Amino acid sequence: MYVIGERINGMFNDVKQAIVEKNPETIKDLAKRQMAAGADALDVNVGPASSDAEGALTWLVECIREVTEAPLAIDSAKWSVMSKVVPQVPGKVIINSSKADEDTLEKYVGLAMETGASLVALTIDRRGVPGDVERRVELGAQILTIAQAAGLPMERLFVDTIILPVNVAPKQPVNVLEALKQLAMLSDPAPHMVLGLSNVSQNCNERLLINRTYLTMAIACGLDSAIMDPMDKELLDAAITAELLTGKTIYCDSFLTAERKRKQAAGG
Amino acid sequence: MPAAAYEGEAGNPPAVAVEIWDAGGENWPEGLRSQYGDSIKDAASWAKKAVEVGAELVCLKLAGTHPDGANRGPDDAAATVKEVLGAVSVPLIVWGCGVAEQDNKVLPRCTAAARGENCLFGSITEKNYRTLVAACLADSHKLISESPLDINIAKQVNILAQDAGFPLEDIVIFPTTGALGYGFEYVYSIMERGRLAGLSGDQLLRQPVLCDVGAEAWRAKEARASDEELGALGPAVRRGPLWEAITATNLLMAGGDILVMRHPKAVEMLRKAIGTISQPGGTKAIS
Repeated sequence: MYVIGERINGMFNDVKQAIVEKNPETIKDLAKRQMAAGADALDVNVGPASSDAEGALTWLVECIREVTEAPLAIDSAKWSVMSKVVPQVPGKVIINSSKADEDTLEKYVGLAMETGASLVALTIDRRGVPGDVERRVELGAQILTIAQAAGLPMERLFVDTIILPVNVAPKQPVNVLEALKQLAMLSDPAPHMVLGLSNVSQNCNERLLINRTYLTMAIACGLDSAIMDPMDKELLDAAITAELLTGKTIYCDSFLTAERKRKQAAGG
Repeated sequence: MPAAAYEGEAGNPPAVAVEIWDAGGENWPEGLRSQYGDSIKDAASWAKKAVEVGAELVCLKLAGTHPDGANRGPDDAAATVKEVLGAVSVPLIVWGCGVAEQDNKVLPRCTAAARGENCLFGSITEKNYRTLVAACLADSHKLISESPLDINIAKQVNILAQDAGFPLEDIVIFPTTGALGYGFEYVYSIMERGRLAGLSGDQLLRQPVLCDVGAEAWRAKEARASDEELGALGPAVRRGPLWEAITATNLLMAGGDILVMRHPKAVEMLRKAIGTISQPGGTKAIS
């Protein structure tokens, strides 16, 4: 499971406050805690915290780079921000994210090729989030085609099949699972399949339980990466256990410790 | 995997160790004993002989420390380790008698006696690992981690050692295999599964694998039996070493990295097989 820590996001009040007050300690602390908990990479998102997204992103990256060399998922919907910030980030970068429209995606794939970054591509286009399985798969196939044509290695591509809150779009969780299964069969090697997990439980009760349950279901359908909270111990334990039960790892009595140690070793 | 040199750099080729005992070698089957003559009465001479017949490592088993056997004590065992180290310059494997309580008394003295020699000591198990882990850490040796041909337990023993502060890269996995004719397909599939898991990133199964070939092969009646008993399977003088060599070659194919052998003829055949499969296209040469 490739875990991208979600906590450095201006939607969270502590991060928002840190951005406004330029308090690096909050950010450094969140970076360290997420890495220690088992994150493989860290998402960095300014959100609504600042009108100067480029400046705030750059500042966040500087803070985080003081404490970890982990890959950073630079999270912005704006090309103007992404194209300026990504080339400046020291170390490994994941561009998060591009939509699947051909002209848009080609720009982002180009940026990934130029900078050596990985890329998250969403199965969404100017028509919006697909309501059914077929268009998700169609857009997924389009992403694969464009990425492959440009020579982007599959291990640097993350396809995000977009999960919406279950209280708003009750059929979407099942559609996403089906799309995951079908997309896994489209190419060999397959790209990473990723979800912004917490979105499934937005504005719901029992958020942690919903996240945890859905993550194990998605892993069973081929998900191998998630933008999620690595500090939710039960969530990460569930992910490790789901990977064990799907035969991705081999059992030993200390399988939870073993996998957490492997992650720590890999994260340096 | 072995015999896959065409896929890329395979690293160090598999190594052949020859087994010697500190005491009790006179109980080996005649076909084996005769190969080493009087040297089996003295571990240092036996070790020299082992190197002469092609040992790249010497595997000293402290069989004489077994409480039901000669019951040699820690001092005697440590002295033997020193003598063997003085007699040969190849790397040394030192293996306890397998009785936990006795090994915990004997082996720490041996690790201390061999301090600085970077030996491979065995073995730790899920039930008994703390003493030997601590001794090998203190005296800078490598460790054999033993599991009963069980991939889950192999991982578990390694994580126990790691939790006790031992570096995973200094561990050698010992799955207690078996010999040709005794459920060997199962041995093969378990070893292969472990090896593939290690190669695809499971850091607890990434270690080299040691196979105790000689002891397993010579436990089989097909290897030991005299001409009167089993002449139909061929003369004992060829049958024994062949049984050992073929067991070894199969373990080699399953991913064995250090093969502990007994009969000089089997050593010769195994070394030839290793030389062949380590070449690109080597498997074609065998078939």
